Amino acid sequence: MGNKDKLSRRAAVACILAERGDSLVVTGLGSPTYDCAAAGDHPNNFYLWGAMGSALTVGLGLAMAQPRRRVLVVTGDGELLMGLGALATVGVKKPENLAVAVIDNEHYGETGMQRSHTSAGVDLAGIALHSGFRETTVVRDMGELVGALPLLGKAIGPVLVVLKVSATKDPLVVPSWDGPYLKMRFREAVLGAQA
Amino acid sequence: MTTQTLDNARTDVRGNSALAWPDQIFQKLCEADVRQVVYVPDAGHARLIELCQSKMNATVLTTEEEGIGILAGAWLGGQRGVLLMQSSGVGNCINTLSLAKVCAFPLVMLVTMRGQWGEMNPWQVPMGRITGENLRLASAIVYEVEEPDLAASAVEAATRIAFNGGLTAAVLLSQRMIGTKLFKD
Repeated sequence: MGNKDKLSRRAAVACILAERGDSLVVTGLGSPTYDCAAAGDHPNNFYLWGAMGSALTVGLGLAMAQPRRRVLVVTGDGELLMGLGALATVGVKKPENLAVAVIDNEHYGETGMQRSHTSAGVDLAGIALHSGFRETTVVRDMGELVGALPLLGKAIGPVLVVLKVSATKDPLVVPSWDGPYLKMRFREAVLGAQA
Repeated sequence: MTTQTLDNARTDVRGNSALAWPDQIFQKLCEADVRQVVYVPDAGHARLIELCQSKMNATVLTTEEEGIGILAGAWLGGQRGVLLMQSSGVGNCINTLSLAKVCAFPLVMLVTMRGQWGEMNPWQVPMGRITGENLRLASAIVYEVEEPDLAASAVEAATRIAFNGGLTAAVLLSQRMIGTKLFKD
């Protein structure tokens, strides 16, 4: 399948976040962070700029601390591959409010578009499902993504959706990388005066 | 990292089984309002893990650095946590410690030491010898505890400075204090 047939990552992430409601969003370093910023900066976004492999674990800790809020982790295939064990840890804890969107372009966009393991067939949705996620799926076009929005937004978690997207280099949209600011902004938004 | 189960082979420096310090640490964690405990299974922490499971949200990890992310997320959501691990796990954490440092997330690590006094397994020695230095290089405040009676106060100090200041603090519980794994049935 050629690139032109696949999902555009920017359009896909914008489509997901248009339905975010009061969800709390954690982004994995690299393009998923830019994609989420491009869809509109938000105090309920926590952007990771490093600690590769940590997006899912940050989402897990947050989901357990805020069980009544939907937590959405938006990360890439390379970032998730670096912390595959976290899928097993989530599968064991089974937080019902945690959803994961993997923006899978099958490449490492930040380092020169080298191929990732998913390009060789490594099946992140399958790994997640067999690690104990309640439901996982793979979407390859906008119609399938729209069909999967209730899974990301409402279904009992943990759930994971792999979005097979084109390996494009999109315009950089750079949110703040001031860690203490992002942390405090997020805590104030979530906790109010308690922060 | 290495899971030990030979509790019956453990003795402290005086030849007695050390029972009190994990209970004392647990009390300090409760007083500090710790809600999440994340850990890789470990013989030295077995009693403390058991206590934490009874009262806190305990999450078992596949590798220690997962705990740094989970505790950052917990803090974002308004909860305090601690990470329990063995000294070998510190090596797994190094890059992920940058998450706590760069965002000033509080991070409390309670580390049982291997590769020290009386260690029988030479594979534990390289990481055990550099655990404290690694943590200090990663900007952690490190309290090294040799006496069981001082464990709880070190944990209290670590939780206070970490949660008040958004700092990384580690308590290293020495192998001499915890006891040596003897590799006997």
